[in-house]
Amino acid sequence: MSEMTNTAAIDQAALTDDLFTKDDSAYVDADRMTRPSLSYWSDAWRRFRGNKVAMVSSIILLIIILMAIFQPMFSPYDYDTNDLFSINQAPSAEHIFGTDDLGRDIFVRCWEGARVSLAIAFVVAILNGTIGILYGGIAGYFGGAADNIMMRFCELIASIPQMLWVVLLILIMKPGVLPIIIAIAVTGWIGMARLFRGQVFQLKESEFVMASRTMGAGSIWIIFKHLLPNAMSPIIISMANAIPGAIFSEAFLSYIGLGIPLPMASWGVLASNGANKLLSYPYQLFFPALLICITMLCFNLMGDGLRDALDPRMRQ
Amino acid sequence: MLRYTVKRFLSMLLTLFLVATATFFLMHAIPGQPFEISRETPESVREALEKEYGLDQPVWKQYLTYMNNLLHGEFGTSMKYKGQTVAGEVTGGMPVSAIIGFGGVLVGCIIGSVLGSIAALKNKGVVDYVVIILAILGVSVPNFVFGSLIQRYFAVEWSLFPIQGWRGWTYAILPIAAAAFTNIAYYARMLRTSMLDTMGQDYIYTAKSKGLTQGEIVRRHMLRNSFLPLVTSLGPMCAGVLTGNFVIEKIFNIPGIGQSMILAIQNSDYTMIMGLTIIFSFISIICYFIVDIVYGLVDPRIRVAK
Repeated sequence: MSEMTNTAAIDQAALTDDLFTKDDSAYVDADRMTRPSLSYWSDAWRRFRGNKVAMVSSIILLIIILMAIFQPMFSPYDYDTNDLFSINQAPSAEHIFGTDDLGRDIFVRCWEGARVSLAIAFVVAILNGTIGILYGGIAGYFGGAADNIMMRFCELIASIPQMLWVVLLILIMKPGVLPIIIAIAVTGWIGMARLFRGQVFQLKESEFVMASRTMGAGSIWIIFKHLLPNAMSPIIISMANAIPGAIFSEAFLSYIGLGIPLPMASWGVLASNGANKLLSYPYQLFFPALLICITMLCFNLMGDGLRDALDPRMRQ
Repeated sequence: MLRYTVKRFLSMLLTLFLVATATFFLMHAIPGQPFEISRETPESVREALEKEYGLDQPVWKQYLTYMNNLLHGEFGTSMKYKGQTVAGEVTGGMPVSAIIGFGGVLVGCIIGSVLGSIAALKNKGVVDYVVIILAILGVSVPNFVFGSLIQRYFAVEWSLFPIQGWRGWTYAILPIAAAAFTNIAYYARMLRTSMLDTMGQDYIYTAKSKGLTQGEIVRRHMLRNSFLPLVTSLGPMCAGVLTGNFVIEKIFNIPGIGQSMILAIQNSDYTMIMGLTIIFSFISIICYFIVDIVYGLVDPRIRVAK
């Protein structure tokens, strides 16, 4: 009894804060030794930034995209205006890339073509991603008979070579930007669907999904809130690879005469026109081909960089 | 294995049937009449033409006739050139396309896998960098650009090879080189990744700790395992071979079936397009089937999993 009152008295009277010094040597040092915790995405961004090749490629791509948006706006020439007094001119100060057989400035046509080609490529990549994720997600999540039928359907579509699909669909729809996008996307989403389905299969048995289900989460919630974010990195990599593929397909279509209708320009149209005049006017192939190659190169290198940055197995 | 084969065979037949059906209805979805191209065609002539091709029948009847013809190996006749049949085009063009295609795959596969293997074994060496650069170039340069370039330099400027046409074996060299270019890059990259992957496996460490020499490890443990992905890729590759390489045949003006297809497209020769599409799809489906069986033979895990 008396002891207790004693301590209380000491507490109030003698023990003021200035009698103590804080001893935080033990845990502060331990804290300092670990680096600040990084989320997965900031970690990936840190690794991507450190990859010089991938960064340079991204910057070049950004420049190409900006040029495609702004160059045709400020150019003194129109991409579809003929000038019969300056046909097939070699590159000069006036026409940096020269002119084609109708006297059109190739420089402005290249950037106008970049608009069309890149727009096709991006839309195809987004379409592939969306359809593939929805389809693959449903098939993988529900499994069983639904999965079996859905994947059979994929096999069926994939059994006709992609090139033939594109050709057939363009014939049905008549050449144009939208038909080309649809034709390339018809087979394009299958790879993404298979990829995401595989990921869903792996992830749906994991503990965090089980926990979520125990708490009463619905299928849609689980697919979009738990499975999709965890499968994001292979999806991004695959979408980055879909872009150069679509640029190639568009160029192929133009080369066999099913490309964008004239006088519109796309890289495929420019390169295939140039290829036909390679013997007499090589520069007409050189510039569009160079642009295609640089863009493809950058997309591929950036894709490799993304893969290295996002693949969890590469994490240290 | 027998059960697996039979199962795959039946599913192949189903796919063939569905593809033929899909192609038929796709072609019927093309807007416009097949014979309304020239405005001056009198009504009676058009009707006679439609009767000749059975287009006056109801669609379901056309479909049955068409399926029946397919079963008897009749793939149709051209709408534009009298007497030209799909089967004739294919038998004429296929050998030529096959020479270019198989040549391209064979050359590409051999050079590519040798380069890829060396690159992986001498990781970060000179060959490795060459392979990396080659692999990136291979996917960055459209094949018609590469084909046009080698045609210009090797045939036109330096006159080492014939420019175009098909009149002897020298005419095959440049097209095969053009076809091989992408394949070399593709296989080099694939083999490099797959070899590097195999190298990290535990059984390679076991082999090393058993005291096997480097050469023996490569020969007995690595090659066999690293070449598996190559077998799968050969399916679509072979299908591509037989269906011809549209672009390369066009550049070098080679009378293969790719050219027939391009011509049919440019002429809107629908029966020809339909027949060729079906043949192309059949070939690719059969190639996938064969590869699946071969893959099952090479890798026992596949049979168990299915």
